[in-house]
Amino acid sequence: MMRLGPTLLLGVLLLAIVSIGAASREQGDTPDRETTPNRPAGLAAWQKIYSVMSHPRCINCHTASDYPEQGDDRHRHLFNVVRGPDGKGVPALQCATCHRQANADSTGVPGAPDWHLAPLSMRWQDAADRILPSSAVCKTVSDPAKNGGLDGAALIKHHQTELVKWAWKPGLRNDGSARSVPPIDYEEFMVATREWVQAGMPCTK
Amino acid sequence: MATATTPNFLEVNRRTFLRMSGAAARGLFLSLHLAEPGHARQTPKAQAYPPAAFIHVRSDGKIVIQVNRLEFGQGVQTALPMLLADEMDADWSQVIAELAPAADVYSDPIAGIQMVGGSGSIAHSFEQYRQLGASARAMLIAAAAAQWNVMPEQCRTEASVVYGPNSQSAKYGELAESAAKLPVPESVQLKKESELHLSGKNTRRLDSRGKCNGSQKFGLDVDLPGMKVALVAHPPVFGARVKSFNADAARAISGVRDVFEMPLVRGTGVAVVADRFWAAKQARDRLQAEWNTASVEHPDTAQLFSKYRELARTAGNIAMTRGSAASMDSIPSSKRILAEYEFPFLAHTPMEPLNTTVRFDSSGAEVWAGSQFQTFDQMAVAEVLGLKAEQVTFHTEMAGGGFGRRAVADSHVQREAATIAKRLPGIPVKLIWTREDDVQGGYYRPMFVHRVDVGIGADGMPIAWRHVIVGQSLVAGTPFAARLIKDGVDATAVEGVADTAYAIQNFYVSAHHPEINVPVLWWRSVGHTHTAFVMETLIDELAMRAKTDPIAYRLKLLSPDAKKLRACLTLLREKTASWRDSATGNRAVGVASHESFGTGVACAVEVSVENKRPKIHRAVIAVDPGFAVNPLSIESQMQGGVTFGMTQVMPKGAITLKDGRVEQRNWDGYTPPYINDAPVTVEVHIVPSSEKPTGCGEPPVPVISPAIVNALSRLTGKRYRSLPLAEI
Amino acid sequence: METFKLTVNCQQKDVTVDPSTPLLWVLREDLKMSGTKYGCGIAACGACTVHVGGVPTRSCVLPISLVGERPVVTIEAMSNDTIGRVVEEAWVSEDVVQCGYCQSGQIMSAVALLKATPKPTDKDIEESMGGNLCRCGTYVRIRQAIKAAARQLG
Repeated sequence: MMRLGPTLLLGVLLLAIVSIGAASREQGDTPDRETTPNRPAGLAAWQKIYSVMSHPRCINCHTASDYPEQGDDRHRHLFNVVRGPDGKGVPALQCATCHRQANADSTGVPGAPDWHLAPLSMRWQDAADRILPSSAVCKTVSDPAKNGGLDGAALIKHHQTELVKWAWKPGLRNDGSARSVPPIDYEEFMVATREWVQAGMPCTK
Repeated sequence: MATATTPNFLEVNRRTFLRMSGAAARGLFLSLHLAEPGHARQTPKAQAYPPAAFIHVRSDGKIVIQVNRLEFGQGVQTALPMLLADEMDADWSQVIAELAPAADVYSDPIAGIQMVGGSGSIAHSFEQYRQLGASARAMLIAAAAAQWNVMPEQCRTEASVVYGPNSQSAKYGELAESAAKLPVPESVQLKKESELHLSGKNTRRLDSRGKCNGSQKFGLDVDLPGMKVALVAHPPVFGARVKSFNADAARAISGVRDVFEMPLVRGTGVAVVADRFWAAKQARDRLQAEWNTASVEHPDTAQLFSKYRELARTAGNIAMTRGSAASMDSIPSSKRILAEYEFPFLAHTPMEPLNTTVRFDSSGAEVWAGSQFQTFDQMAVAEVLGLKAEQVTFHTEMAGGGFGRRAVADSHVQREAATIAKRLPGIPVKLIWTREDDVQGGYYRPMFVHRVDVGIGADGMPIAWRHVIVGQSLVAGTPFAARLIKDGVDATAVEGVADTAYAIQNFYVSAHHPEINVPVLWWRSVGHTHTAFVMETLIDELAMRAKTDPIAYRLKLLSPDAKKLRACLTLLREKTASWRDSATGNRAVGVASHESFGTGVACAVEVSVENKRPKIHRAVIAVDPGFAVNPLSIESQMQGGVTFGMTQVMPKGAITLKDGRVEQRNWDGYTPPYINDAPVTVEVHIVPSSEKPTGCGEPPVPVISPAIVNALSRLTGKRYRSLPLAEI
Repeated sequence: METFKLTVNCQQKDVTVDPSTPLLWVLREDLKMSGTKYGCGIAACGACTVHVGGVPTRSCVLPISLVGERPVVTIEAMSNDTIGRVVEEAWVSEDVVQCGYCQSGQIMSAVALLKATPKPTDKDIEESMGGNLCRCGTYVRIRQAIKAAARQLG
């Protein structure tokens, strides 16, 4: 008899991919998704994920504009920093001009490898810098057309990059105070991510 | 900087010369003859200035000219040498300018102290530097004539060469030594304007390349063997005193040499001395200093505005009155405008943070500072160190901007540095104010409130004008008080209103000067920073009401004597004729004109609103500064000055206090214009003139804020009476 | 204290400093290179701009411990740089500077712009130079000089 584990996992992933496809075609009731037993758990997991994504440490770089935000009050990034063609700034004013591969606590500048803005397709705010509601962000994150072609597995990997992990070790400001971190810890975030993926990445309407 | 042993133009070397010239103007009472703004300048007493102190003709042909005031961007280290070199017929390509150290011989001829400010560099030293050049030329000719046994009148000069009547020639470098032995002529003939070949021409700055390749040293760059860096923790409320601090935590930082409480001009602070800046900064951050703030006043912006508005409803000390004060009462309210204006504290924040280096030992002291007030600063250091002023060698360093911030009568930065240096004899101590120290350290352009009641006549022109100005006095308690405060009115608070050239028949201006626990200072263009805004926005509002073109209205209202303003407005009208009236859609044009420091400026801007901010697509300026010594430099000053002036309209262009503490810390909280805020183009037109030159450093600053706001009012229909500009 | 091996303007330099020390102060005080300026310490003004590994970098906020092996290039090397030399000449020819304190940073930013974008538009200039502060207001002439340099290089 074949080992059930990998087949089951494969099946779940396939189901997830099919579900994503279904969700992106239409809102509302898709019989498969409605009846997926994990859906409530998936939605609950999503809420946890959303609580992280809507936190300033994450959402400040998922803007709908041509600039990043900074601070817990999410004001427009100072000093005329702009998005640039690839989300890495412009030739003489790049993200890397100040943000290096690690936090510079002695000078108050956060850093992580490959510091850059999420592309506009991955915006989680509207044009007026207001955070989009949970369902809208969910759709953006779960839609490969918007999320850079990431499927569930790739999303999990994305959540393991240094840049994403940075949100939980965001370093000190130049007055010595610590930046705030998302409301759940990283481990819980990863558990929620896996749960949500396994549940087929469900979103509410 | 030439050393004591460098051979100099005269046999007497400069150090000896300086000692000999004595301390003519020492002591607490200084005879100051600061010309009052807006009035014709006094001419200095005719005298023969000594070329020895100003000119060094080297044997290699280089001509080193001492500039008697700080260069901090305004271009004086090129313009004054131009005048001298022109009269001297020196080869301009061989000229090197140096910033003169502190010495009486380098005093401003009108002010009587060594200083730069009031846009007075060219205005006050125009004749002086020309005389110096002419004297030097006469002495060089005399030396050549003696050698050739001919008459001086038979000789001519060109590009650092004297030519004799029989094809003789001698270079200045060859003649310098013998010329130096000759007496300085008592009087010299200056060239006619038509004979000038350098002055009046676009001339590139002498200090450009060094500033482009990193080699120019500023005060902050001074580096001396054994030098230490000092930072001072200043009280968070002005005048407060140290209660306690943790010296151990600070000393634990490697490289920290000393930590101690010290007196300041206001209150006390804690000094940290270290081998390096970073060590000093880390140590200061760990001081955990606590302060006694209970015994000093806690100024609060909201409370102050409230108090000022109340004061503005009562007449203050009279600054100007003509006609009938009662005439306003007979004008119906439909023909009156009542306007209240509010202006915040402003910080200068020049690019180079404040700094001074002092070395003190038993023989005297040496100071390195980019100072706008060398005389005062030298005296202050001497006082702190228990020395005579002559025992303090004071080097004038190139400064990264000033805008008035380095012209402080109480010399507080130099006093801090000297106080620390006194504790470390023999060791040069570089005191640095960090940007945070600078933004929070006071010496701001004061807050002001204006309350103006305007009565409009049948022809749409103002016939009655009642104006109350409320704001701190800048000069009370300083050596300038005697000259600038009359009948309880500080001239620097009312200039631009009280002396307006608008011919308003019944005109009444008064002022209140509350005493507030915030140190205040002149901010580039001083009183005009707020008075021009009030005058030019009100006049523009009147023009709009009268449905009259804003330039035509001003020309009609200006006194016929306002020659410079008239010339500027006329030139501006000509240069903007093709586009000023055709702005459509989302663009509007605003105009403003103002005379300050003897110079007239008129400005037109084309503005749209983008992202809730004014976007200045173009600015055109017409300026009348009398004879334009260096038109290229004037163009730069106009372009730079309007950009600087825009600090006032920036959304974060304000210093505010809450319960005694300054709320801003650095340029993140107090944000000046960046390139995208500034006008894209600034076209400058200079009114041709042979009149005596007047200044250009400050005159462009007052016009830009009202010009922008006048454009905005045309776009939005709203009035803007408080700065900085909130969202449009 | 730690010893760091730096490459500055193609020269190897060893410095022993507190690892948290910003590169700016290592350059200015330990290496005696004062061309790079301190304006604010919070990366607001760009006066401290150098190139690190070819990237324009605000040295006032970069701790020496994060420099690594990337070569550092400062204003002092620009006269010998193909683009730097042209930019310097354009700056002199257009009479850009006033007090000059911000100009090391302005030039380092302008060189970075022209290296990446040889024919910058007005928008390119405004965006790339958008974080360099000048209190004297030389922005109009900076624009002119960059365009002049681009023409010269093009």
